[in-house]
Amino acid sequence: MERASRITGALLAAGAAWPVSAQETPARYNLQAPVTGIAEQINDMHTLMLVICLIIFIGVFGVMFWAVFNHRKSRGAVAANFHENTAVEIAWTIIPILILLGMAWPATRTVIEMKDTSNPDITVKATGYQWKWGYDYLQGEGEGIRFLSSLSTPREQIEGGAPKGEAYLLEVDKPLVVPVGKKVRVLLTANDVIHSWWVPAFGVKQDAIPGFIRDTWFRADKEGVYRGNCAELCGRDHGFMPIEVHVVSAEKYTEWVRQQQAATAGVEQASLAPQPPAL
Amino acid sequence: MAAVTHDQIQAHHPGPTGLMRWLTTTNHKDIGTLYMIFSFIMFLSGGVMALTIRAELFQPGLQVVQPEFFNQLTTMHGLVMVFGAIMPAFVGFANWMIPLMIGASDMAFARMNNWSFWLLPPAAILLLGSFFVPGGASAAGWTLYAPLSVQMGMGMDMAIFAIHIMGISSIMGAINIVVTVLNMRAPGMTLMKMPMFCWTWLITAYLLIAVMPVLAGAVTMILTDRHFGTSFFNAAGGGDPVMYQHIFWFFGHPEVYIMILPAFGIVSHIIPAFARKPLFGYASMVYATASIAILSFAVWAHHMFATGMPAAGQLFFMYATMLIAVPTGVKVFNWVATMWRGAMSFETPMLWATGFIFVFTIGGFTGLICAIAPIDIQVQDTYYVVAHFHYVLVAGSLFALFAAAYYWLPKWTGRMPSERLGKLHFWCSMVFFNITFFPMHFLGLAGMPRRIPDYALQFADFNAMASVGAFGFGLSQLIFIAVVLKCARGSGERAAARAWEGAEGLEWTVPSPAPHHTFEEAPVVK
Repeated sequence: MERASRITGALLAAGAAWPVSAQETPARYNLQAPVTGIAEQINDMHTLMLVICLIIFIGVFGVMFWAVFNHRKSRGAVAANFHENTAVEIAWTIIPILILLGMAWPATRTVIEMKDTSNPDITVKATGYQWKWGYDYLQGEGEGIRFLSSLSTPREQIEGGAPKGEAYLLEVDKPLVVPVGKKVRVLLTANDVIHSWWVPAFGVKQDAIPGFIRDTWFRADKEGVYRGNCAELCGRDHGFMPIEVHVVSAEKYTEWVRQQQAATAGVEQASLAPQPPAL
Repeated sequence: MAAVTHDQIQAHHPGPTGLMRWLTTTNHKDIGTLYMIFSFIMFLSGGVMALTIRAELFQPGLQVVQPEFFNQLTTMHGLVMVFGAIMPAFVGFANWMIPLMIGASDMAFARMNNWSFWLLPPAAILLLGSFFVPGGASAAGWTLYAPLSVQMGMGMDMAIFAIHIMGISSIMGAINIVVTVLNMRAPGMTLMKMPMFCWTWLITAYLLIAVMPVLAGAVTMILTDRHFGTSFFNAAGGGDPVMYQHIFWFFGHPEVYIMILPAFGIVSHIIPAFARKPLFGYASMVYATASIAILSFAVWAHHMFATGMPAAGQLFFMYATMLIAVPTGVKVFNWVATMWRGAMSFETPMLWATGFIFVFTIGGFTGLICAIAPIDIQVQDTYYVVAHFHYVLVAGSLFALFAAAYYWLPKWTGRMPSERLGKLHFWCSMVFFNITFFPMHFLGLAGMPRRIPDYALQFADFNAMASVGAFGFGLSQLIFIAVVLKCARGSGERAAARAWEGAEGLEWTVPSPAPHHTFEEAPVVK
């Protein structure tokens, strides 16, 4: 598969204007640069499909445009009268089936891998609200941490009162933080209507359905900040509930967990301490 | 068009005149005309909504409309175009052309025909009027997914009733077409001698009868969830929001083919006519159409890969969906083989038909890419999907409708459509269509979700380009009005009975314009 993608990538680059090099973030023409094995497989599969479709396209329309330009009445063409040819008709039924089988094989493997959410290192529950995300760390390092994550782009930027920042509409006040190289299982549900948790660089998109739990997983191979959106129409501010994930080293993650737990403990202690008299 | 048939009705059918004539007409040609005028008005209304959407998306930030109204626009654009523009347009063509093609004097149920048309304007008023009620129109997307649709204001109820009425209209239209095609063919016209347009419409009509009640059921369940305390789609009451999607798409996917199969039929008439050569594989075209229709009932959940169904479910729906590429490919190969070694000329209808094959096939390829479940996980609910279905619905259904309109205008009006204007209309539409929708593939791949009023900065260039293209495309459609009015007013070259040199079929044996009553005595087909 990797070789296939390298060959097809080279073909595309040589092919012409297809900007394979535009893979640096943010993506402009093609899928975002993958940082998980699944996203990598999806990328390769997409490139492969694109090349196969391109070849068929050139074949079919090469024939059609040849006919369009040469078999014209104005050029003195006289219409033939042939029709129906069983051999040809069987061929153009069987050959596409074989091509489809070739496409289905890698796709099947990826589907099965995508669905395998067993043995996670960390489990996080993401809850969709109108219009923000809530995260609960349920299992693994950081268990017990919970917070809400909502859009942090200021209203003035949206309404044109201020210049738009670099991560316009893709930034949140409290991002999801996960360690690099660990299998993170995400359980999804929603509080009101259906939302969808989508991080393109991870190749993950899973609807969050109110009253039900669905799950998905990712293992990010590269530290960094990855951004996504809600991908299911969920009402007025559907376009304004982004997802921001920080993938950090194991040490930084431990440090982050410690800080979060300290902050939570602080809040709890503060609430136990005698309250100052209200003014 | 009106003026032309009007003379004939005065001549030998003294009936009501003026508005009453159109309200009470049972003539298939009048009703066909009404359907087409209605659908064109709806096409322009839906187009205005689309242009408002594109104006908002011209640059990042909120400038033109607020998010809530934006969602109303995307919802209503979809509903109006699907149920108001594309579907009634095809029914209009069926009304006008099927009796002429099979040598029947009219549709089987002439009065029901009148009723199935006149249901549409009230439905349209309900749908468009919902913009003006408190809370505005439905903003849940044209798919009306629960539970979001349960949250909506009374605009949603109006949309539900509009869908009920349009559904009844479609079912009656479909029954009429099935009965007409099966019972009223001229002596000698066996099923396998029937024109392709009649075949594709016969199959489409069965699809309509099968799935419109399913949609009616789905929206009725939303209605009772909204007002009568049921919990079909509410987990707290034992329901399931995803069940709505299963029911909706069990309607929705065959619906896609309802909107494209008659287009296949139209193109299968125009290509042979202008290649002056018979359709390469008539029988295989019929079988391919039937296979697509049957398969369409087994692929619905490919719209739902992101809902999280089990691996076995994803695999089944992925394989079934991929299979549809086979009969669709057979159709494209057939058209190309028909063109091969023909003696082609490119009058306006042929331009549209050739353009259809080219651009529709791009939509077919992106459909195949979307069928691959893991890739679909990335592109579902993004602009890639928006690009895909506009390639098959605009470049597919709409381009075929224009091809058909140019092809049969001489039969309706007795005048040849202006080649100059027709070609201008085609080339403007083709160029602006691609400027609008091709960049959307890139937007979707790069990660822009659909149905959002504002977007991240890296999407700005392609959105601006798409907006410019959209306005160009919208304005180009006004050329079509000029073409039709010119023919209807009786200016332009007079059309012969056989308006196009290579055209075949019974419709070309009657004079142009077709008299008010045709085939009162059935022709004999050898």
